[in-house]
Amino acid sequence: MNEQRRTGSADSTAGSRHVGFFVTCLVDLFRPSVGFAAIALLEKAGCRVAVPNAQVCCGQPAYNAGDRRDAQAIARNVIAAFETFPYVVAPSGSCTGMIREHYPKLFAEDPDMRGRAEDLAGRTWELMSFLVDVLGVTDTDAPAFPRKVTYHDSCSGYRELGIKAQPRLLLAGVPEMELAEISQPEVCCGFGGTFCVKYPDISNKMVTDKAEDIAGTGAGTVLGGDLGCLLNIAGKLKRMGATVEARHVAEVLAGMADRPGIGDSEG
Amino acid sequence: MQPTSHAFVENARDALANPKLHRALLNMKAGFQGKRAKAVAGLPEFEQLRERAKAVKDHTLAHLDTYLERFEAKATASGAQVHWARTGEEACDIIHGICQRRGAQTVTKGKSMVAEEIGLNAYLEARGLNPVETDLGEYIIQLRHELPSHIIAPAIHLNKEEVADAFYDAHKDLPPDRPLSEPRELLEEARGVLRRIFLASEVGITGANFMIAETGTTVIVTNEGNGDLTQVLPKVHVAVASIDKVIPTLEDATLILRLLARSATGQEQSTYTTFSTGPRRHDDPDGPEEFHIVIVDNGRSALLGTEAQETLRCIRCGACINHCPIYAAVGGHSYGWVVPGPIGAALDPGLIGLAEAHHLPNASSFCGRCESVCPMKIPLPSIMRHWRNAGFEAGLGAPSFRYGIRGWAWAARRPWLYRVGARLGRWSLRLLARGKGRLTAAPLANGWTKWRDLPAPQAGGTFHDQWRARQRGAGGPGGAGAGA
Ligand code: SF4
Repeated sequence: MNEQRRTGSADSTAGSRHVGFFVTCLVDLFRPSVGFAAIALLEKAGCRVAVPNAQVCCGQPAYNAGDRRDAQAIARNVIAAFETFPYVVAPSGSCTGMIREHYPKLFAEDPDMRGRAEDLAGRTWELMSFLVDVLGVTDTDAPAFPRKVTYHDSCSGYRELGIKAQPRLLLAGVPEMELAEISQPEVCCGFGGTFCVKYPDISNKMVTDKAEDIAGTGAGTVLGGDLGCLLNIAGKLKRMGATVEARHVAEVLAGMADRPGIGDSEG
Repeated sequence: MQPTSHAFVENARDALANPKLHRALLNMKAGFQGKRAKAVAGLPEFEQLRERAKAVKDHTLAHLDTYLERFEAKATASGAQVHWARTGEEACDIIHGICQRRGAQTVTKGKSMVAEEIGLNAYLEARGLNPVETDLGEYIIQLRHELPSHIIAPAIHLNKEEVADAFYDAHKDLPPDRPLSEPRELLEEARGVLRRIFLASEVGITGANFMIAETGTTVIVTNEGNGDLTQVLPKVHVAVASIDKVIPTLEDATLILRLLARSATGQEQSTYTTFSTGPRRHDDPDGPEEFHIVIVDNGRSALLGTEAQETLRCIRCGACINHCPIYAAVGGHSYGWVVPGPIGAALDPGLIGLAEAHHLPNASSFCGRCESVCPMKIPLPSIMRHWRNAGFEAGLGAPSFRYGIRGWAWAARRPWLYRVGARLGRWSLRLLARGKGRLTAAPLANGWTKWRDLPAPQAGGTFHDQWRARQRGAGGPGGAGAGA
């Protein structure tokens, strides 16, 4: 978890990339449009995308609670569900970090499973990183997004996977969009999975600071690569009465930002 | 002092409601983070130094017995007296014995985290001695009968008015109209009082940042110079250090020193770095007649060979604390024990027991910033996870949470069942949101909705339902490669 960047080999022969898409449980339940946006971006970049049916969650809630056995059981399912794909992509740094960094550790004492976990870890990518580092995408041909936006770097994406430049590179290609950075981009928003409900008062202090930092940029939209953080941030912004909308970065890059923002009314 | 780590949640709640504390923490954070960043940027080989320092400590910990014995032999040869203490109580007893033999009444103390850990001041006071802290921060919290709230800035939780009040209360001869509103005035006042105490002190007690096996030398690093007065003025110097402070060579010390001050305060070097080898020799201009080194285990050897062993690489620089958003929210006292912040969350369960400290490794969002700044590359989140695993195994933590996780996991292992649950959850949340896009309260989601709204699921069904519907509609093989 060093503050360093992981670079994949840029590969321009993306024509026949077969990608298994890991939806993530939060996207499945709260914001399916993120999944569709991610798939649209992958297909546009020349990938063939499949969504294995046997997936649910990466198991992080159990893993972070110290419940290793359940985490292993869930991880086994994920490993089996994605065994045949040359690439696995998730629209989340947190879930990708779980698979890449933690699955191998989860099976440290089981050589057979450990091998399979390491194999999956080596094939699994966070969406922004996959597009930029693996496929060499530099522009997603996104339609104009005439707003001032700011960006929240999620902790696992940034510190476990070195994701910071990639979304900014792609966002730079969005016409009529202005990016204003927050003052403390490296600080956690206080989501932390179950942390935010186990220690709500502490989490609240963290997300309050984050929401104020975001509001202080004068941006109308906050973007990010992890729905967990975004639900937390959006929930706080709404509670504060702020008008900033929150979205997953894939929605803007795929030109699918016409749905209401996270937590905004559909009516 | 008894730990109050079990009451972390309540401690934190009080701390969160204290705006004065937050102002203090905000200043601290901004200062330390910026200074460290600058110092690190100015040292291109910082990363290599980290790797080398880690290797030195790992090697030492793998041969800890050898290096401790070598240290003892060298220190003894230079005229120091080495004492071994298995527990804090034993260490206190040894130090008390030394003071008693010298007929000491007033003893001065340099800043020492292990002395805090073993409760040395309380032990000596209970036996009629008068131990006086000489580090300004430690002196202030001693007057206030508090634990340090930070390992390098013990009184960081206080503002200058609170410090002035502590002085007005404790310094009986202080005229009430004496101005103490400026840091300079506070410093002068403390200096005046401490100077008299220094001269009266019979025994000086310090910690040690390192014990160098090659030479039998102890090292202290300070910014105020009080540590030097503490160990040079009295006739007896007692250095108390935990077993993990030993390192093989002088060169190793210089390596780690290059990391220490930069990580702590952003200085290239601390103002004073003092090497002590043996007591005063006949041609030395100054120094103590007796030099005692008390080496304390107090639970550390039990961490060797476990996943928590890496905490023993810690050099107590405080960088992890200075960059921790949890610490910044709740301050050091919430942790309820001597070492707060990420290193406390990783170390304290090993020292005071997981039953007492189980909140500490759990109260982390695993943001990983601590590990990224730790000069000794201690994988703090992984060690916290180790304690979480042990806690879960041992049945610690709120039963509702444990059963919640187990129940959720049971469903998450059965995709078909989970889908049904997700549909149901989605449907009820949308119902409760009544078209507003979010909920202000929801059953079982109190922890969330107490402080923030809960965004409602989007219209149109779960992702998986929508995806399958599209695949069917398109008649395409989009689910190809998918298990059933
Ligand atoms: S754990 Fe690392 S960063 Fe924290 S005090 Fe110890 S050495 Fe410093």
